[in-house]
Amino acid sequence: MITGTPKPIEEILEMLEPYDNIVLAGCHGCVTVCRVGGEKEVQVLASTLRLAREAAGNKIAIREVSLERQCDPEYVEQMRPYVGDFQAVLSIACGAGIQFLAEKFTTTPLLPGINTGFLGVTERQGEWSERCQGCGDCVLHLTGGICPVTRCAKSLFHGPCGGSVKGICEVDKEVKCGWQLIVDRLVALDQMDNYGKLKPYKGWNSARDGGPRRIIREDMI
Amino acid sequence: MLPCTGRIDESLLLKAFENGADGVMVIGCLEGDCHYVNGNIRARARVERVYGILEKIKIGPNRIRMYNLSAGEGSKFAEFANEFVEQVREIGPSPINIVRADNVHVVTEKEAT
Repeated sequence: MITGTPKPIEEILEMLEPYDNIVLAGCHGCVTVCRVGGEKEVQVLASTLRLAREAAGNKIAIREVSLERQCDPEYVEQMRPYVGDFQAVLSIACGAGIQFLAEKFTTTPLLPGINTGFLGVTERQGEWSERCQGCGDCVLHLTGGICPVTRCAKSLFHGPCGGSVKGICEVDKEVKCGWQLIVDRLVALDQMDNYGKLKPYKGWNSARDGGPRRIIREDMI
Repeated sequence: MLPCTGRIDESLLLKAFENGADGVMVIGCLEGDCHYVNGNIRARARVERVYGILEKIKIGPNRIRMYNLSAGEGSKFAEFANEFVEQVREIGPSPINIVRADNVHVVTEKEAT
């Protein structure tokens, strides 16, 4: 899922200073699962903002809405009938959702209520960690299901660097060396021969380095 | 009245303050004695989160508190209620209520006639 963290309330209040009539838009997708931008978070943030603004003598009216997904046009269009009646939209979806709203509603300012994080998994309630950087050229079948692009701090492709000490990465004592994890897993799977099958170099043109990416599936158009 | 404090979420607690409460006390079953295993533990975590929110937005940190009681502890309930009411009285009205009171337009006798 796409993860995120709430922006500090002080930052959101500062963003909202010029406005007294807004839409607060949540999303039922990833941000609901990671408890940062779903229906419940919309209710809590709306109440928090109303209380803060009224206590400061500067009331704000908030229309609360939670779309099925902010990254799909059919759901975004559900807001069109009323979005023009408001001065701004505060979205607590991921950066993709917020930008999609901004593209669709060009005359209404869009404000981000969360900081979007990474593509990750739930370790336990309240803890998420990164697994994928969407490089566009997956090699997990050769690396024991552990991604060298994401799990190695340097995204190395041919084994650990000199900063790997007793399975721990030099960037942080809490970070395991991605390549130690890969080798341990390949040994356990008796697949160490895969180690030699990795490409001599990785083409990064399918990754973010090639600029904003687009997927066109001719079979679906 | 809710059958289990596990049903309480942050938005319900904040709504009470929006509706003009100066303080909110949440009373759950004794810890370790929840019929639904951990409803009261979850409620405590939510109360703590709302405590933090109220502190951040300057409504005041001591306006919400969680107590744990069994259904048979009537006198203790009264004791806790008196204690919390006293605590809220000491802090005074919520800033929301102060603003609302300032905005009330008192109709003078002259206007009324």
